[in-house]
Amino acid sequence: MATIQIKVNGENRTISGIDPKTPLLWALRDHLGLVGTKFGCGKGLCGACTVHFNGTAIRSCSTAVSAVESRSITTIEGLAEDADHLHPLQEAWIEHDVPQCGYCQAGQMMNAAALLSTNPKPSDEDIDNAMIGNICRCGTYTRIRKAIHSAAGNGGNA
Amino acid sequence: MKNELYKYDLIPDVDMPAEFVGKIEGYETTETDILDTSMARRQFLKLTGIAGGGLVLAFSMGSSPRAQAAHHGGKKETADLNAYVQIKSDGSVVIAAKNPEVGQGVKTFLPMIIAEELEVPWKSVSVVQSEIDQKRYGRQSAGGSQSTPRNWTPMREAGATARTMLIAAAAEKWGVNASDCMADQGYVVNKSNGKNLSYGDLASAAAKQTVPDPKSLKFKDRKDYKLLGKFVTGVDNHKLVTGQPLFGIDQRLPGMLNAVYVKCPSFYGKVKSANLDEVKQLPGVIDAFVIQGNSTDGELKPGVAIVAKTTYEAFKAEKALQVSWNIADASKESWSGFKKMAKELTANPGPVSEEIGSMDDAITGAYKVVDSYYTYPFLSHANLEPQNCAAWFRNGKMEIYAPTQTPQGIAGILARILPIKADDVEIKQLRGGGGFGRRLINDWVCEVAAIAHKINAPIKMTWTRETDMAHDFFRVGGFHNLKGTLDKKGKLTGFQDRTLVFTNKANGHPVRGGNIRAANLQCPEIPNVRMETHEIPLTTPCGWWRAPTSCSVGWVFQSFIHEMATAADRDHLEFLLEQFGEPRWMGNQTARDFNTERAINVTKLAAEKGDWGKKMKSGQGRGLSFYFSHLGYFTEVAEVTVDSLNNVKVDRVVVACDVGMLLNKSGGENQVEGSVIDGLSTMAAQEITFENGAVQESNFDNYPLLRLPVAPKIEIQWLTTDHSPTGLGEPAFPPLAAAVTNAIFDATGKRIYTMPISKEGFSFV
Ligand code: FES
Ligand code: FES
Repeated sequence: MATIQIKVNGENRTISGIDPKTPLLWALRDHLGLVGTKFGCGKGLCGACTVHFNGTAIRSCSTAVSAVESRSITTIEGLAEDADHLHPLQEAWIEHDVPQCGYCQAGQMMNAAALLSTNPKPSDEDIDNAMIGNICRCGTYTRIRKAIHSAAGNGGNA
Repeated sequence: MKNELYKYDLIPDVDMPAEFVGKIEGYETTETDILDTSMARRQFLKLTGIAGGGLVLAFSMGSSPRAQAAHHGGKKETADLNAYVQIKSDGSVVIAAKNPEVGQGVKTFLPMIIAEELEVPWKSVSVVQSEIDQKRYGRQSAGGSQSTPRNWTPMREAGATARTMLIAAAAEKWGVNASDCMADQGYVVNKSNGKNLSYGDLASAAAKQTVPDPKSLKFKDRKDYKLLGKFVTGVDNHKLVTGQPLFGIDQRLPGMLNAVYVKCPSFYGKVKSANLDEVKQLPGVIDAFVIQGNSTDGELKPGVAIVAKTTYEAFKAEKALQVSWNIADASKESWSGFKKMAKELTANPGPVSEEIGSMDDAITGAYKVVDSYYTYPFLSHANLEPQNCAAWFRNGKMEIYAPTQTPQGIAGILARILPIKADDVEIKQLRGGGGFGRRLINDWVCEVAAIAHKINAPIKMTWTRETDMAHDFFRVGGFHNLKGTLDKKGKLTGFQDRTLVFTNKANGHPVRGGNIRAANLQCPEIPNVRMETHEIPLTTPCGWWRAPTSCSVGWVFQSFIHEMATAADRDHLEFLLEQFGEPRWMGNQTARDFNTERAINVTKLAAEKGDWGKKMKSGQGRGLSFYFSHLGYFTEVAEVTVDSLNNVKVDRVVVACDVGMLLNKSGGENQVEGSVIDGLSTMAAQEITFENGAVQESNFDNYPLLRLPVAPKIEIQWLTTDHSPTGLGEPAFPPLAAAVTNAIFDATGKRIYTMPISKEGFSFV
């Protein structure tokens, strides 16, 4: 058992009494009470658990909490600048009514946000390549694509 | 004679499963109760003032006369308020959403119906999830695409009652007749002088008006709808996109512990012994114990519970757990064994379960006979949110926090498996991360309740993905040895299906979603039809899976119709339309009875918008398929491009739908798009196999779900008809697979007989 410091959504957090091998996913959900990041497969296969690690999208179910010690993590709870200023992807997700059950959507948006941060005007193919790791069981893919384009200022179309 | 075929229920599973209905206390009612419904309804509309002024209108919103009567039955004076519309003095409106939300959009579209009839702007409405209380809300469930048809009238009544009372209040104030006033977006307007009063100002006076008889209510004309049919976004979207807790798995309770429950890989195996002492020593583990269970289908399977401080510690302990299983009574079934058995059994004549005309005559007189053998696999629901639930047993009461599709079935089951009373069970409804029929069965609620009953703390149990896949209630697989006969003119004269019907070992009935009938063919013009069914008892648990029965036989029958059209050298569209015959409404002309006019019209619309008959390039193909299920009429046209390596690109899917009218353009289209993608996902490479009673697939690597790049262009055409609106969670699914396999045939000349298409060497790209 260890005590681990991480910076989550801009805040320094201390987790004590944790097995350093605990996946970041469960550190966030069980230890820090940040349940926006979801558990889908536990094996890096579905993307439901996607968070940002120093700005890059990672699978928190397959990343030990010790591996991100003292680093900066952003979760879906920290994607918006503040309560009044949603991220353009969040706005687009609401406007295009992307979610069905909504369970995959935090992971989808975190992955899409990482894409837009390096590629602000992605093509359809860029979106395919970036989003292939995120499963939506409800099948909202056409809306996800639309919403990414719309957030990128492409007016909802390629 | 032909119409005989259509005297059955076309949708055997359309209702809430009987076993759950039976468990709703007092559901069975007498005639008197039913007759008393409207009176009860009036009595139960209650008005109360709220703090700060305003009005609460509480209505009985039972969804059917039966349910109505049931929850009032006998004890009218003690029954309390139920769902309500609340109008505050500032004019804002709160509407309760009564049914479980699992992604079908019900939390948005049921309140929309009330808002439409109430005549309020949607932006002044906020929606709250109602409590689970059968006495107050009637039936609360999410299944069988039933929320729309069952609630269409009660929701309109709720809105119209409030509107009528607000108008009456205004008329009284102005000293005019109610007929001289009209409601308009949160205001009552005096038609003669244009003066108006806001709902907020009228609320208190409205509360003093007589509650109108439901029979006297005037519903709005569809042409005057301002909200229904519009693109309305989900009421929980903001919470969803900001990651706020909503789902079952997000539930946190003070001092909560986390549990896993480990069951025998072979269904219904029992625990002989386990290394519990070792497991209890592991970090974070609080307790580990055996639960005997009752081995009843859908209830509590035997297993080992591990309770730990955190989910990760529980998962880790699960890996270290070693159980010796007693598999004497466990399932030994194998998918490969069933495949062999089916081939042998259906090679020879079997017991005739249904016959119309004479298939023997059809064969004797046939110009051409076509024989084909179709197979489809078992499937898992694979909800992205694995099954999970929280429970807290304290002071003799059991609190359940469940992302379930059937909250009202829970208390009765828990009272059977635990020493608690049904009345001491309190259910809190949480959002489910996907339903698809899996969450109609509450086996996982039983597990956490049994654990919580032993532990003096709130417990959340989470299944790993592997547990979720191994312990599903699967879509049943099937085998069809088909024979079709054609006369000289290329008319379809006979159809025969030799098939296996798996029956539930416990009760001898066909397993859930496994009742295969001639009616599923949906071709009323075929003069000779014979069903031969071998009944095979099955232990492997089966459940309702999106569009039960239709989801599998829709593909088989709609492929075979295309096969017969091809054998007759006729155009598929023309051949399919011939099977519907004259436009007419069959049987008793209820929503459940096949209406060939609607079938014909959606099929023509899909063909037109799908460019039917238009030439395609080599390597491309177009396919057509129709199905009527869950009260909805759907025809789909798929266009594909197939390369020499059998890589299939689905370029476009055109969907024509008739569900009466569309309530929410956004939610409704989302369901259709999702059904198309689910259809592709399923047919691509999904197959649950089992050997020695144990499922072989474990996670999304060996049970793959469709990914974003493969999603096709989907075009939806809504045919608006005068019929009452019906649901959209299921009926777009069944036609998809045959539209695609027929298109693959069109492109390549290769017919797919075995699902998933990966079995035949095809894949989607
Ligand atoms: S839960 Fe991490 S990828 Fe699925
Ligand atoms: S919205 Fe349900 S899994 Fe994506």
